[in-house]
Amino acid sequence: MRRARVALAAAALVAGVVLAQERAIAPGELKSGAAFLGSDLRALQNDDFANPGMLWVERGEKLWREPAGKNSLACAGCHKDQSMRGVAARYPRIDGANAKLLNLEGRINQCRTERMGAEPLRFESGELLALTAYISRQSLGVPIAVGIGGSSRARFEAGRASYHQRRGQMNLSCAHCHDAQWGKRLLSETISQGHPNAYPAYRMEWQAMGSLQRRIRACLSGIRAEMLPYGSQEHLDLELFLAWRAQGLPVETPGVRR
Amino acid sequence: MAARIQIPREAKRGEVIEIRILIQHAMETGYRHDDVGHLIKRNVINVLSCRYNAVEVFRADLSSGISANPYVQFYTVAEASGDFEFTWIDDEGEQGSERRSIVVKG
Repeated sequence: MRRARVALAAAALVAGVVLAQERAIAPGELKSGAAFLGSDLRALQNDDFANPGMLWVERGEKLWREPAGKNSLACAGCHKDQSMRGVAARYPRIDGANAKLLNLEGRINQCRTERMGAEPLRFESGELLALTAYISRQSLGVPIAVGIGGSSRARFEAGRASYHQRRGQMNLSCAHCHDAQWGKRLLSETISQGHPNAYPAYRMEWQAMGSLQRRIRACLSGIRAEMLPYGSQEHLDLELFLAWRAQGLPVETPGVRR
Repeated sequence: MAARIQIPREAKRGEVIEIRILIQHAMETGYRHDDVGHLIKRNVINVLSCRYNAVEVFRADLSSGISANPYVQFYTVAEASGDFEFTWIDDEGEQGSERRSIVVKG
């Protein structure tokens, strides 16, 4: 028995070492996307009033209190005065009931369909972005900490494979830029480490708020690859892997990005 | 049209105060085309005006060059307690307005 326990501990130790080695960017070297911005955009993100993403956060706060669906329930009806602080930092995560991986958007829509008797909100709709931004904003400064053990493991491994998958006419994977070339210039841009901690974020190129999946699609389009559909399993797996990669970075929603 | 407006709640008479406005608007330039190649009609907020106790203290004529969700910041002198009234209108005639009060002491 004791030998078994020792063996188990040794195995856990080995697993821990392997996990640490799997990180392409050491925890001490993690840099949020904000670190790759010009000082003007960084100042805009840090300005609680002028940050245009706050328009969505404010709308989200109203929607949070608005009853919807057959059961005439608002989010605030169940969650009351309960703070959502720290919640966004734990997503994507496996939903216990049906063992499906959900991102925050998926969790909101699950609440709507299963508890409120309401229609799910469309991906990238103003309402879904607003609610996601409002909930994420409450985790401002909370370090990202997603679980990848147990039933999440398979989804995590799929996400890792997806991240390292070469795609498109340029035959690049995410890792080719965001692990191997971050900090270098791509034309006028500085390549970031590709972290998800500021999403949903306000992007200058979009002149609007957008989700992490929209941002991933923009990257895929940039390398001339087929864009993943919104809400697809591969997108979710990738989101989980990205969150693990950014483990420890504080949530910044709503970020301002180029 | 949602908007965020920031003015100080209180000021001393004669003090220069900062006023900040952020309005949610797509500010469609009129130069973009839709998926089938048709020009998308220009629709921008073309006038933004601010009245302080019924006197216009600021007015901006905006056009296609202004980004979506425009942010405007200006200064005025606090003269008397009362209301700031902000109004704006876009090319399609949609109007927005907001009111904020200030207490001026001294």
